[in-house]
Formats: sequence, C-alpha cells, structure tokens
Amino acid sequence: MMVLDRMNTATTGAQRRLIFAHLTVAFAALFIGTFFGVLQTLSHANAIQMPPWFDYYRMLTAHGVLLALVFTTFFITGLSHLAVYQTENYPHRSIALGWLAFWLMTVGTVMAAYEILAGNASVLYTFYAPLKASPWFYVGAALLIVGTWVALLEWLLVTNTWRRDHPGERTPLPAFMVLANYIMWFLATVGVAIEVIFMLIPWAFGWVPGVDVLLTRMLFWYFGHPLVYFWLLGAYLVWYGVVPAILKVPIFSDSLTRLAFILFIILSLPVGIHHEFSDPGIADRWKLLQTGLTLMVVVPSLMTAFALFATFEEYAAKLGKTGFFGIVGSLPWGDPAFAGIALAMLLFIFGGIGGILNASYTLDSTIHNTMWVVGHFHITVGGPVALTLLAATWRLLPALTGKRLFSVGLARAQVWLWFVGMAVMSFAMHTEGLMGAPRRVEHYTYGGSAIAAAWQPYSLLAAGGGMVIFLSVIAFAIVLFGTIFSKSDVTESESARAFTFALARPGDEAPSAFDRLGLWTLVAVALVIVAYAGPFYQHFSEHVYLVPGMRTW
Amino acid sequence: MHIHRLEKIFLGLGVITLVAFFLILIALQVGESFKPPASSMTIDPTKVASTPPFDRPGLHKRADGSYEAYYVGQVFFWQPSTLTVPVGAKVHFYVTSTDVVHGFLIEHTDVNLEVMPGWVSTATHVFRHPGDHLIVCDQYCGAGHADMFAHIVVK
Repeated sequence: MMVLDRMNTATTGAQRRLIFAHLTVAFAALFIGTFFGVLQTLSHANAIQMPPWFDYYRMLTAHGVLLALVFTTFFITGLSHLAVYQTENYPHRSIALGWLAFWLMTVGTVMAAYEILAGNASVLYTFYAPLKASPWFYVGAALLIVGTWVALLEWLLVTNTWRRDHPGERTPLPAFMVLANYIMWFLATVGVAIEVIFMLIPWAFGWVPGVDVLLTRMLFWYFGHPLVYFWLLGAYLVWYGVVPAILKVPIFSDSLTRLAFILFIILSLPVGIHHEFSDPGIADRWKLLQTGLTLMVVVPSLMTAFALFATFEEYAAKLGKTGFFGIVGSLPWGDPAFAGIALAMLLFIFGGIGGILNASYTLDSTIHNTMWVVGHFHITVGGPVALTLLAATWRLLPALTGKRLFSVGLARAQVWLWFVGMAVMSFAMHTEGLMGAPRRVEHYTYGGSAIAAAWQPYSLLAAGGGMVIFLSVIAFAIVLFGTIFSKSDVTESESARAFTFALARPGDEAPSAFDRLGLWTLVAVALVIVAYAGPFYQHFSEHVYLVPGMRTW
Repeated sequence: MHIHRLEKIFLGLGVITLVAFFLILIALQVGESFKPPASSMTIDPTKVASTPPFDRPGLHKRADGSYEAYYVGQVFFWQPSTLTVPVGAKVHFYVTSTDVVHGFLIEHTDVNLEVMPGWVSTATHVFRHPGDHLIVCDQYCGAGHADMFAHIVVK
C-alpha cells in the first residue's frame, strides 16, 4: 500500500480537462477509423462493394491515418501529460503550451481528415510520392507533427524546473519514460517534417516541377519505423509504470526500465531502410547494416518481457502462488484494465516474433507488400498498443471524470472481444500474405485467377475477425458514454488511486549517467549518421530524375 | 544497478540468437547466395517509351542463352501483359514505371520489387516448371490498383 500512498498526487481540474481533450479526439478517430476498418475487411473479401462516392481507397487512407497516426498520437500525448503532471507534482504550472500543442494537432488533423474524406488525398497513410494529394493534406500532417514538438517542449521545461529543485535526484520514472519516448519521436519526426515541409508542400502547391521519389521514401521510413516504437513506448509507459501499481508491487527494476528506454532512443532510429528492402537505389550493404541494427532493437523488448513476468511472479508470491499456472491464475483477470493489458502483452509475443522475421530481407522477398505485413501491424499496433490504451481507459475514466465505470462486465467483454477479433483477423491476414495476396487492394479477382481464388476463405475469416473487433468498439462506446453521463461518482480517493504510476523499490536507484538524456540523444544522432550516411551519399552521387507526379484516383 | 542472474541468461540466449540470425545474413550476402534487390540504374521517367530497350517491352535473348525481360508499369497495366518463356529459362527482369510507384510481384516466386519512376528495378528468376504465373501490382498506385496484373506463361 505504501507504494500507492506515496504516489497519491492528484492532478488539477485544468490538467484533467487538457488530458480529456486529447482522449476525446483519440476516441473520435477510433470510432470513425474502426467503422471504416470493418467495411474494408468486407470489401476486401468481395462481400460488399463500396460506392463510387465513397471509394475503398479514401476509406483505407482515413482508416490508416485516423487509427495509426491520430488515435495513437492523441492518446499517447494525453497519457504522457498525465504521467508528467502526476509525478512532477506541479499543479500550478501554466498548461498553455499543452493547449497550444493540442490545438495545433487538432487543426492539422481536421485539415487532413477533411481532404481525405472529400476524396482529395487517397494516398494512404504512407503518402508515397509521386501520388499527389491536395496540398492542405500535407499542411495538416505538418501541423499534427509540429504540435507534438510543443508538448515535448512543455515537458522539458517542467522537468528542468523539477531538476533544479531536486538536485542529485533522478528524474521521476514516468516523466523519464515520457521524455525518452518524445525525444526519440522528435528525432524521428524531423525526417518526415523535412519531407513534408520542404519537398511535398512546395511540390503539391506547384511551386516546384517535380519530386525526388526515393529521397521522400528514405525520409518517410527514417520516421516511419521509429513511429512504431513511439506507439510501443506509449504502451510500455503503461506496462512498466501502471501495471505494477495495479498489482501493488514495486517496479521490477527502475534502472533496467530506464536502460530499456535509453536503448529505444538509440536503436529505434537507424532502422528505417528495412521497409525499403525491395527499393532500387539503396545498396545491399546498407540494407544489411540496418538489418543488423533492427535485430538489436529486439533487446530492450526482451528486457521488457522479463521485467513483466517478474512483476507477475512477485504479485503471485505475495498471494502464496507459484508455478506458471499458479501465477497466471492468481492475476486479477476481473479487472478489465489489467485483463486487457495482459492480453495485449500476449499478442505482442506473436507481433514481436513476426517483427524479427520481417527484419531479414531473405523473408521480405516473399512477404513484402503482401497481407502478411498488414497482419503484422495489426498484431503490433492494432493489438498490443491499441488494446493497452483501450484497457487503460477503464482506469483513466474514473481518474479523470470521477465517475464509476458504467459496466465492469461489458468493459471486460470489450477487451476479450478485441483480443479474439484481432488474433483471428491477424492470423488470417498473415496466412493470406504467405499465399501471395497483395496488400492495399480493394478486391482481387485478377481475371478469375485460381491463385487469387485460394485467398478468399482467409479474407472471409479476416472479415469475421474484423466484425468481432467492431463489436468490441461498440462495447467500448457503450461503457465510455455510459460512464461519462453516469450520475454515480466514485470517492475522491478512489478516483486518485484509479490510475497511478508505481515507484521503485527502496535502494534501487539508477546510475546518474542514465539521467543524461542529452548525452543519449547525441549517441542516437551519431548512430543515425552511421546508418544513413552511406545511403544518402549513394543517393546524392547518383543521377536522380525529379518526377512530376499525378493524381491517380 | 543489479541484473538478476536469470535475466542475464535470458538476455544472453536472446542476443546469441539474434547474432546468429545476423551472421547467416552476412554469410548469404558475402557468399553471393542471397542479396536484396539493389539496382542503381536510373531512367528519365518522362521518356520511357523512347528509351531502348524499354521502347520494346518484352523478352530479349542474351548471348549466354539467358533472357532479359523489360517491363513498364503505368496506371493501371503492365507491358507486356503476357509473356511466354521456355521451361528452364533464366530470366533477368528490368522493371520501371512512367508515373507513380508500382509493385512488381510474380506470385509464388522471390521476385517482389518496388518499381519507382526514374529507376529500373532488377531481379533474376529461373522458371523450372511449366505453368502460368500471375504478376500483380503490390504497391498502391490509385483507383485501378486492384486491376493491374499480367501473366507469364512457362512452356
């Protein structure tokens, strides 16, 4: 209990409103995005045909942008505000920068979403040039990115003040995890910001005649892979920080948690070319180098797996339970937040193994741009990350609104439905991909090809999984709105305890070098130079044609 | 900073496995038995139709008995749409695009290329068995993406 009592640093109403605003946009994106998702699985399985006034690819673009970019970024930024405010304990600090960040991100999101839904930006969430979207789509994307930088600035300022007032102490762990994630995110988004602001916007407005296609792809994937670690570290913030608090045990190892996050700052960035194994213009040796670096980024996730199982074991030991089944059986499965997060971890075992396979270009030639990849990112960002965030909501809501959860049973059903639906859909997509089904296609008949006909049963299975996921979203909406409009309040202390971050065990203090985030940022930049100097030098020493581009939808 | 003995063993085994994976890839690349596509040939995307040999997409026989196949992708079709190659033929593929990015996937082979305007992507495949191979576009290219396909007939 001591762990919880010491963390009982409630946020102010103004801070809670800022956090809730982020969640509101995230949930709006979730509802629209998943609705499009289930329609897509049906359209892809040739079960329905989208009308010309709302075609498959505009829907697919909206699905990817709203869920992968908007839902995740808004939720994780809101969650990060909570982590910083709770632990830094500066209730009276102005949150003007937090609101500025929120509005930049929101205006950008609305701008991009409008262009997508109006059919002016059916370029999918990778917006590969020279597919030429409306310039306002790119402007919206730029605002969404720059907004997050303002949020990072806010947390750096708060932490700086905190450090000045607490000389010799380590940055509180939740704030440390947030800063590590957003420093990595900042370094990554510099790449896509350069791509969007200096290449795509001038080209889309017609100020320059063409665009260097390979360079836009290198900049995009320099951002695009760290993006997945940004999502993952949002989930890890909950896994490392909140799960032990739910179980009322200390953090397994404060030092190793910090080390894992430092490894993510360093190793998340120099790996983007593993998305470009099939691209021309990048020599095989650079592809080999980034494969090696990609394999290294597995290590901090192995550390995470160990720490979490150790946390479960420590919890079970308090109850006198040992052995695999004793430990698993003793966990608080009745708590929808815990159950969802634990199921998310289970999915990540498969997502992680798939990721190690994908890191090798030997396999890539078989599964590149097939449904396998779609299955992979649904069992990583769609499973472990999204399910963690949704499950965390069942504790965030009472903490932010002071209301009792509308239905614990339905919340439990929600996390299980998501788990089952995502597992089934992802399995079907992986299988389809191994059989050769390409990704991002509206339907596949290919002139009555027998090869394509063999994919059909798995497309239908994926659609079945998609419908189960959508049932989960309906359950989510019922509990969410039921709770918000409920008249049943929880007590103030219940509300304060609903969502807290665990503390380190006494005597577990990280080496002071771990706190030197500036140093680790420099190490990360150095490694980016090692990984990318070769490919960029190669690119600029070759004769590259600029491509005018066009709208093909 | 204390690291549990079991964690050292767990991480050690993990790292050894990852290093083994990487060594296999290095061996494959050094031994020339498997390399990712990495062509560095460029081409003016606005003049593909007048640039030999892309002005005549299709099969060309080399002096050593192998073949070169030139493919042009554009929204939303491949040229040539059907190609006939003899059984046992070793075919070097050269693929480019005149407009946006396409993907060149020959079903049930290792030929899977991103095809970018301005670049020529390359791959080699030996067709050992008679039959029909479906080629699809596996990179989203626009409204007709799902209808962009071709065939290779091996006989």
